[in-house]
Parts: sequence; C-alpha cells; structure tokens
Amino acid sequence: MAIRVFLVVLLFLSCTSPSFSLYEDQVGLMDWHQQYIGKVKHAVFHTQKTGRKRVVVSTEENVVASLDLRHGEIFWRHVLGTDDVVDGIDIALGKYIITLSSDGSILRAWNLPDGQMVWESFLQGSKHSKPSLLVLTNLKVDKDNVILVSSKGCLHAVSSIDGEVLWRKDFTAESLEVQKVIQLHDSGKIYVVGFTGSSQFHVYKINALDGELLKHESATFSGGFVGEVALVSSDTLVALDATRTVLVTIVFKDGEIKFQQTYISNLVGDTSEAAMILPSTLKGTFALKINTLMLFIRVTGEGKLEVVEKVDPATVVSDALSFSDDKQAFAVVQHRGNKIHLSVKLGDDWNSDLVKENIEMDHLRGHVHKVFVNNYVRTDRSHGFRALIVMEDHSLLLVQQGKIVWNREDSLASIIDVTTSELPVEKHGVSVAKVEHNLFEWLQGHLLKLKGTLMLASPEDVVAIQAIRLKGSKKSKLTRDHNGFRKLLIVLTKAGKIFALHSGDGRVVWSLLLPSLRKSEACDNPTGLNVYQWQIPHHHAMDENPSVLVVGRCGFSSNAPGVLSFVDAYTGKELNSLDLAHSIVQVIPLPFTDSIEQRLHLLVDADRRVHLYPKTPEAKSTFEQEISNIYWYSVEADNGIIKGHVIKSKCIGKGADDFCYDTGNLWSIVFPSESEKIIATVTRKPNEVVHTQAKVSVDQDVMYKYISKNLLFVATVSPKASGTIGSVDPEESSLVAYLIDTVTGRILHRMTHHGAQGPVHAVFSENWVVYHYFNLRAHRYEMSVIEIYDQSRAENRDVLKLILGKHNLTAPVSSYSRPEVVTKSQSYYFTHSVKAIAVTLTAKGITSKQLLIGTIGDQVLALDKRFLDPRRSLNPTQAEKEEGIIPLTDALPIIPQSYITHALKVEGLRGIITVPAKLESTTLVFSYGVDLFFTRLAPSRTYDSLTEDFSYALLLITIVVLVAAIFVTWVLSEKKELREKWR
Amino acid sequence: MKKKLSLFTLFFFLLFSSSLAFESDELLVDDDEFGLEGGQPQQQPRVRLAEPTPTTTRSTTTTRRRFSDPDSDSKIQFSLEHAFGDSDFVSAGTFSARLKTSSHGGQTLTKLRFSRNDFSEVEKENFEKLLQSDDFYRIRVPSNALSPPGRDYIISSVKARCLPREGLDEHFVINMEGVNILAVNYGGLGACPYPRQLKLPSKWSFNSHTVLKNSEQAPRAPIFAEDILGGEIGEGEVVQPPERSFWAKYWMYLIPLGLIVMNAVTQAMNMPVEQAAGQPGGQAHQSAAAIPRGPNTAVRRR
Repeated sequence: MAIRVFLVVLLFLSCTSPSFSLYEDQVGLMDWHQQYIGKVKHAVFHTQKTGRKRVVVSTEENVVASLDLRHGEIFWRHVLGTDDVVDGIDIALGKYIITLSSDGSILRAWNLPDGQMVWESFLQGSKHSKPSLLVLTNLKVDKDNVILVSSKGCLHAVSSIDGEVLWRKDFTAESLEVQKVIQLHDSGKIYVVGFTGSSQFHVYKINALDGELLKHESATFSGGFVGEVALVSSDTLVALDATRTVLVTIVFKDGEIKFQQTYISNLVGDTSEAAMILPSTLKGTFALKINTLMLFIRVTGEGKLEVVEKVDPATVVSDALSFSDDKQAFAVVQHRGNKIHLSVKLGDDWNSDLVKENIEMDHLRGHVHKVFVNNYVRTDRSHGFRALIVMEDHSLLLVQQGKIVWNREDSLASIIDVTTSELPVEKHGVSVAKVEHNLFEWLQGHLLKLKGTLMLASPEDVVAIQAIRLKGSKKSKLTRDHNGFRKLLIVLTKAGKIFALHSGDGRVVWSLLLPSLRKSEACDNPTGLNVYQWQIPHHHAMDENPSVLVVGRCGFSSNAPGVLSFVDAYTGKELNSLDLAHSIVQVIPLPFTDSIEQRLHLLVDADRRVHLYPKTPEAKSTFEQEISNIYWYSVEADNGIIKGHVIKSKCIGKGADDFCYDTGNLWSIVFPSESEKIIATVTRKPNEVVHTQAKVSVDQDVMYKYISKNLLFVATVSPKASGTIGSVDPEESSLVAYLIDTVTGRILHRMTHHGAQGPVHAVFSENWVVYHYFNLRAHRYEMSVIEIYDQSRAENRDVLKLILGKHNLTAPVSSYSRPEVVTKSQSYYFTHSVKAIAVTLTAKGITSKQLLIGTIGDQVLALDKRFLDPRRSLNPTQAEKEEGIIPLTDALPIIPQSYITHALKVEGLRGIITVPAKLESTTLVFSYGVDLFFTRLAPSRTYDSLTEDFSYALLLITIVVLVAAIFVTWVLSEKKELREKWR
Repeated sequence: MKKKLSLFTLFFFLLFSSSLAFESDELLVDDDEFGLEGGQPQQQPRVRLAEPTPTTTRSTTTTRRRFSDPDSDSKIQFSLEHAFGDSDFVSAGTFSARLKTSSHGGQTLTKLRFSRNDFSEVEKENFEKLLQSDDFYRIRVPSNALSPPGRDYIISSVKARCLPREGLDEHFVINMEGVNILAVNYGGLGACPYPRQLKLPSKWSFNSHTVLKNSEQAPRAPIFAEDILGGEIGEGEVVQPPERSFWAKYWMYLIPLGLIVMNAVTQAMNMPVEQAAGQPGGQAHQSAAAIPRGPNTAVRRR
C-alpha cells in the first residue's frame, strides 16, 4: 500500500512542470540571444597596458562598444537613443572614452575598463554646424586633458576630468563655419580655421587654456570654396573652389594668408566630373576623388601639388597612426580579385611598405568600406600592425599577420524585415534508436532526470542533466520537426545582406549579399524594403526548395525604380533578379498561387498602376478571373487622405505591358487637416487563423465576431499633438481611433480620446485592436481595446431556427451589405512606454492570445489578452469569473515573471515577429533590434504535449512496477484463498 | 433596496447609453440628428407620389417647429454628385442643413435634409448598363460643407446591383467632424444580393435615408468609474458574494470522507466474515453492516 502511494506521488511529481514562467535551468533551452553592434563608424585603439587588448568603436546603430581585440567579443556596450547619433569618439586621460553625439550637443565620458559613464555635459549653441571632437593630448594642465568640441557654431573647451566647460567661444556673430581646429605643437595654442559666406577665409589663433583670442586674420578668395577641407600640415590646407575644378592651397604662416590655385586638369589631364576631397588625416598628402579615380596628392613646400598615386576608387585609406618616435603610418586596402591587399606605409613616404599582406576574402562580403590601423610590438621588438576592416556587408574583421583573426556579422544589428521558411523534410526516416543512441544510455539519462525531479541529484548530476538537455534537444538539426519548432528565419538587413538563421540556436545557415542591392552605376542608393515568401512547395516539398522575394528600390524616394530578387531559401543562391522600370510603393501578396506554387504579388507603383508578378500567362489568367474581387487601399499620411482603389483596365501609355493594370478610385476618406493627422495604421496579419467566429458570453448568449480581413485601424491626432509628449495642452490634443472597411471605405467605428497624444502603437487581431498612447490628463500611458461584433447574424443564436434551417449562416457575406456592428471598448493604464506590440499567433487560433509588448527597457512582456477585455467589470459574477473575466482594475498588471526575455535585453528593440508552430499550443517569437532574441511561447501552457523534461522512464517504471504488483498480489490472494479453502 | 436598484440601472443606462445610441440612431425616425427624406422634385409629380413615407414628412415638420429660433438660422447647402462607372461626376441632389454655432465657437450641422434629383432617361440607361456590367455607381460630396469642395472630394461607391429593390434604396451615413465631412458610408439599405441577378428597379425613384454621425467619446480609464461606483455602493451594504451550495464548498472534504467510510465498511464487512467461521455470535452485527455494501462482495469473497 505504502509503495503504491509513493509511486502515485512520484507520478504526480513528474507530471508537474509549470511552464508559465521559466526556471533558471531552462534558460537557453528554447531561447537564444545574440548581441551585435552595427556597422562601425569610428574606432579608437587604446595603447596602454590592459587597454591594449581592446578597441572601442561607435557604430551607425548609435552603439558605443568596447571589443576584445583577440576574439571580437563585447566587453561592454551602450546603445544610445535612436536620435542620439555619435559624431566622434576619442580617448582622454588614457582612461576615459569621450563620445560626442546628438549633433555635437552631448559630450560623454565612459570609463574604459567597465564602460560606466563618468560624466556627461550638454553643450549649448544656437546654430547648426558640423560637429568635431579634438582631445588635446599633448597639452596637460593639472593632469587634465582639454577636449575641444566645435559644434553648434561655437567652440567649447571641456575639462576631461569632470566635463566642466572651461571656456566657450561663440562664432555665431561672425557667422563663421568652423572647418578645422588645429593644434599647434605643444604650445597650448590652437588655430581655428573656417569660412564665412563662401569665399572669406578666417584664421583664429586661440589660447587653448583660457580661450583668449590671440590673433585673427582673414582673406578673401574670389573663386569661393566648396565641400571638405583637407588639412595637410599645421599651417597648410587644401580646398576646392566653387566650380570643383581648381584646388586651392591655403598657407597661413606668420600672420599672412596665401592662396595658390592648381587646376585639376593640370594634374590628371581632362576631367569632366566634379572632384571631391576625401576626409583623411595623412601628413602632407590628401586624397581626391574624381569619378572613377582616386588620387593621392602630396603638397610640397610653397603649396606645390604633385600626384603620388592613382588608384581604384574602391581603395580605402586609414587615418594616420603615430607610433614610435614621431613616425606615422597609415594603411591602404585594395581589392584584387577575391583577395584584399593590405599595406601599411610610412606617413611621409608612399613607397615604403611596413606591412604587405594579401588576405583571402569571401567575395560575399563586398568591398572594404573602412579600415582602422593599430600597432603592436612583436615578440622580436619590431613594430607589427593589425587592421580593423569594415566591409560592405557591415561585418567587422580583424586582420593580423595576413589572416582574419575574427569577424563579426554586424549587419544583423540592422534588420529591416523578417520572414520564415520551413526546413527541408527529412529524406530518410530516422529511427528512434539512431537518435537515442542505445537503450541503456537512454535509460540512464532518464534516471538522471528522475533524480533531478526528486531533488536527489548531486551537483555533478545536475551538470550532467543540463548537458544532456542541451545536447539531446535536437533543436539545431537542419530538418523539419514534427512540432514545427525548427524553422529558418530569413532576415533582410540594411546592408542588403540576407541571412537565414536557424530558429533552434540562432546560427547563420547561409547569408548572401544581394548583388541587386549593392551599389552600382545603375543603382546609386539601393535600399531593401521587404522580404516575402515567394514560393512554398507543398506538393513537391521533397524535391523543390522554397524561395523568398526581396523587394528593394534604387534610392530613397518612393518613385525610385524598384528591384526584385528571388532567393532560394535552402541554399541561399539568388535565382533571379529583376531591375524594374517602375517604382514600388506597395506590395500586395495575393491569396493565389500558380501551378508551381509561386504566390501572385501585385506591385503598386507611384502612378497607382499595379503590376502583376510572376509575369507568366498562367498567373495572368488566374489573376484576371479574380480581378473584380481585388481591392486595395493607399494611405497618404502626409496628406491625411485614405483612398480605396479597384483595378479597371490594362495599362496604356509608357511602360505598359500585359501585366500592368490601371486602377480607379473607389472611395476616399479625407481627414480635416486642421484637426487630424494620421499617425498609425494597422491591419490584421494576413496569415492569422481564427478558430471560432462566435463568442459565448456568460448568459449563454452568442456574440458573433466581426471578422473581416479588410479592416484597417487608423489613429489620428490633432496636428499640434504630433510632437513629443508634453508639448501640447490636454485641451488642444485629442486622438481619434477609426475602424475602416477597406473595400467600401465605410467607417465602422470612430472614437475620440480627448486629452490623448501619440505615439500610437497598435496591434490588430481577430475582431479586436489594442492600441497604446499617452493620456495627457492622467499623465500616464494608456492602452485601449476595441472589440467589434457583428449584429446582423445575432439572430442565428436561436437553436430552433438552426434546426429548421432558417438561419442565415450560409448566406454570403458581402462588404457591400450594410454592416450592423457593435463595438465594445475599454481603456486601462499601462506603466511603460512601448516600442512595439505584437500578438501571439498559433496554428489553429484555439490557444488564448497574449500581447507581446516591447517595453522601453528593451524587454518583451507577455500580457494576457484577458486583461484587455472590454467586458471586465468591477464585480464579475460567478459565471463571469468562471469564463475567465478578471475583476476590473484601472491599470494593467506587469508581472515580472511574464517577461519572456527574462534577464536579457534586446537592445534597441524595433520589432517583434510571431510565427505559429505546428503544435497548436506553441508560438515562436523573434524580436530584433541591435540584439536578436528568439523563444518559444505557450500562452495557455503546453496542453497538447508533454514537456521536454517529462520522465518517460519514470512512467515506464511505474507501469512495470504496477503490473508486477498486480501479479504478486494476485498470486498472494490465490494462495490465501486456497489456504482458506483447505482450512 | 428596490429604489437603489432602479437608480443603479438608471446609472448604468446612462453610462452605456452613448454606445448603445449608435444603433438606434440609424433606425429611429424621430431622432433630431437627421432628417429622412426621399427625392421629391416638383417637376416630376410621379415620383412624389411614390416617395415620401408619412413618417418622414412628419419628422421634418416636427423638427421645424421645434427649432425655429432665429439665431441659428444659417442654412447651408452642398451638392451630391454621381457618376456611372468611369463617367464624369454630375450633380445628383442637394443636401441642406442648418449650421449650428455652439457657444465655444464650434460649428456643427444639424437637421440634414436631402433632395434627390431623379434619373433622367440617359441616366436610367447608364444605370442599366452598370447593372449589366456589374460596375460601380459612384457618388461624391465635398469634404467641407461650408466651402466646397474643401481639400478634396469624398468619394464613395457601391456596386450598382446593391441599390435596386422596389425602387432604388440608398443609405448615407455621413461622418462629420465639425463642418468637415470625413467619409460617407454609402450603400443599399440591407444586404447586397450576392448571386448577381439582373433586377431592374420597378420604380425609378430614390428612397434615400441619411444619417449624420459624429465621433463618439471613448470610455475613460476605469479609475473614474470606480470612484463613482464606490460612492454608489458604499451606502452601507457590501455586495455579498452569492452563497455557494454546501457541496460546492466542501466537496474536497466530502469525497475523501466518503472513500474512508467505504473503506471502513468493507473492512468491517470482511472482519465479521472471517470471524463468522468460528464465532457465529457476531451475526446480527455483521448483517447490519453488510447492507450498504450489497451481497455481491460477500458472495465473491466467499
């Protein structure tokens, strides 16, 4: 009896595995987290002692990070805000990293070893000007380095100890545009040179210690100046004249300014193209770019110019690096086939080569964009050089001794769009034995797990259990699994590189720098827009690969011509690419596929014409059958107009082909420009599945959800309130929420929130929309929910009618019928401001939903939709409680355990993507920003499967023991009976 | 108690009446936010007979009587234009309304009335063509009622087949914001017949319904409601949670108790059986205990 009880208890113990929140040892089992920094803009090396092993970089994602030079790992990292762009970075006092950001208005010092902020100071100024940062390392006053910042039309001198502004020289009165701040050799004096207007040149000599103006000279150059100025030596500058055909050498020595002109045509022969001076800090030399040529020009005494070298424009030159006793070196990187050629030269001698290396380089990384050079002392006491190279695909490489020591795929910090693809089907069936090696080990593993469950495990056992879990979870296999947990995440990044990440462990399966999204002569500024699933073979899943469509455009404006690229999702090869004649404003994936299961897509151009892809006769015939049922809408947010369109006829005029159609305007909604401005539009996810249309309420009443794929949520605010929070009075600010049918343009619901302000983040799912905004009256963020129900089918709830067949359940639903809808809504306070909102999607839509909220702290919070139920009331009745209605509260609860990112942060969070797994209870969540985070969620717990650590061995043992016990007791009772009979 | 309950319901009614009012807005004829009128051009008396329902006429007269104050007597008009398929827009009727200037400067339109021009012969033909090709019948109104056309025209369309019934039924919901028109929900009165049947209207006259609609107020976050409700209830009686049945409360104790009792009974039954072999004296006691267990077990045991 006691044994039996014990076994039952055991069974219970093994079954209880709460999966609502995570235990410490479950971290990393089904989630992964990757940290990136983005494309490196500036890098500074530290040369002293422990700092030798580090490089500090600032990136285009506004990250300041300290990286390990040996392995490329991140020591520390700070992600500044999205509008806090880093302008300059330097080291002061040997222990502080100084960053200048926000257009030269914020100066911060970070402690080099641990990255803590030491001080921060705000620099004032009225005018916009080019920010620059200069640390006067040679000048030491009371162990202090003076930092000179030229920004906002002023020159600031800041103490590097505490960030105090020592002095400030305002140039706004002179309307001087500061070009360079030049430090004179350890004399404590600086030159500030700049232009007023386009032709007046000024030199100010200033005492760096107190800001005293020592001398001011100016001279006029009739030709005018334009563009960048190159500093060649401490008293010589080179600039271009206004026509960009003459190089002007400016020498300001001993109180006089001399101009000397040299025609570029004299240097290189005839050029038609305008020249450009490239920023560089080489001594005595500067770089000039003329169309397809890059020239290095040396300035000899008295302003004479001579061309040192003509190179390919893809050549990259590093800044000058001074090493032992006043020697300077710089690195030059050139492409030669699939190798790159790195040479480090002495500053004043172009022909000297300190280092000459050829490095094998994957051509998929594109061109070299930047190079930073650093020196070290070799074992034989000679000088060695290493180079940090930034490639076209935003990856960062460290090159030393002709080898790539490490590389970082930092383009993943700037994801634009994500889609998913299924993995290949397993070709040969794998038997269980193969996976589980042998029965003994399997049993042993389970016994260990059993020990763990019963808390009998020793620390070594715990380690072993964790290892088994991580190893045995098969999560990184490259085949489809039964539960649909393993997928390929296909991400498009800002660099025009496309990656396939494995959802199991986040590794890069393949990557491709799309040739069509690379800078070329035809396409100057290619930008990636979206990725779509192009072909998903179901019928030929075994022998055909799915493919994705990458949509981009040449240039930033919406009427730039489009680019399409088709990429195989398994191999990562570009199948085809198209340079389109028309622009791409909108892409509409249609719910039709052709015979090889390519999805039909409509591309809308800037002239409101639609183009059908793929351009095959079959797609065309499929499309033309459905042409009368295709409606689309366009939102002109600046104009405040939403328009509905319908396809009318074949295109006529230029660019017309068989797959181009003209459209007509069907409806329009014009928001009054003086009172409303569109700030958010949200639709339902096209792939969302709704399980049931009816919602049974407490009193056995049925409400029908108004489920239409054509609903659009629009939020408008008063134009005054479109600024930052607090910039407007509550009386002047209001937010209007609309639900609009996009086929007919009917406004189904319209609701005003007085005293509310954007930004609005919203999510639309099934028949409800949840949106987040700021309530100016309550000084808090609020979240509102609108649920929309269909009244026209309300009478269907009569069972008798259903039986008699008098219902209209089978009546066709038409958007043109007059909708009879009711809406319910409710608002709740929410503590956090929000970066993104998403909702969990599951395969059949049965599982209850959770909202995934990207908070301002860069974490993802899972909030049950039940908290945002408009039917919540103060005192729910018993029946309502049973239904799951939570008593009304004014604020939404934030339960610390429901952060799905647990202790981690997804720095710079921008988006959250949810993908249903095949298992109904589970959904996959991918959130991205500068970091990536992936996890698996079960909003209603895993009710349809046993958890991974379910002990099958225990179950088996229990069954065996029970069966044995039955036999034993049976035999015993038989014996006893026999004995009694014989008595 | 009763009084309180009625107060409570009244309160709730007031609280939610704004959201419920939306439905009744469309159907109630006497609502003073809209006038409801058919086309009635003088030049075509035939139509006039067919058109205006008695209720509509009544509603107009009553409203007129009620609101004849001279201050707000600024009447405005704006026109409705229509197009058949891709044709150009031509005038099709006039909306007239009164401009009400509220004390704080906001202007709103009230008492919207609509007079629809009837189809000319050409238009009839056009409409028939639309029906045959299943094309759109489009209308447009200016986006500003005071200074037409405002920024742009508000366009709305419907498949021509949705309009014909007895006559031509149309339904306008004009979404207003002050004097600006945001959008027009335009369509037939009821469901739009889906299997396309080419049905020509028996009467070529419009039966128009118009509704003016302004924005609703969003419900405030519940903290305010909570205060008011708290005052309402806090008169002394706390709402008691409904009493649960005895079984619902104590089932978790009752079931084990029952099991224990049953176990005890079987034990008690078995003991006497064994005793009975040597000691028939306990017979009476045993039979009493055996009753609830039934004879079945006893038989099997033996």
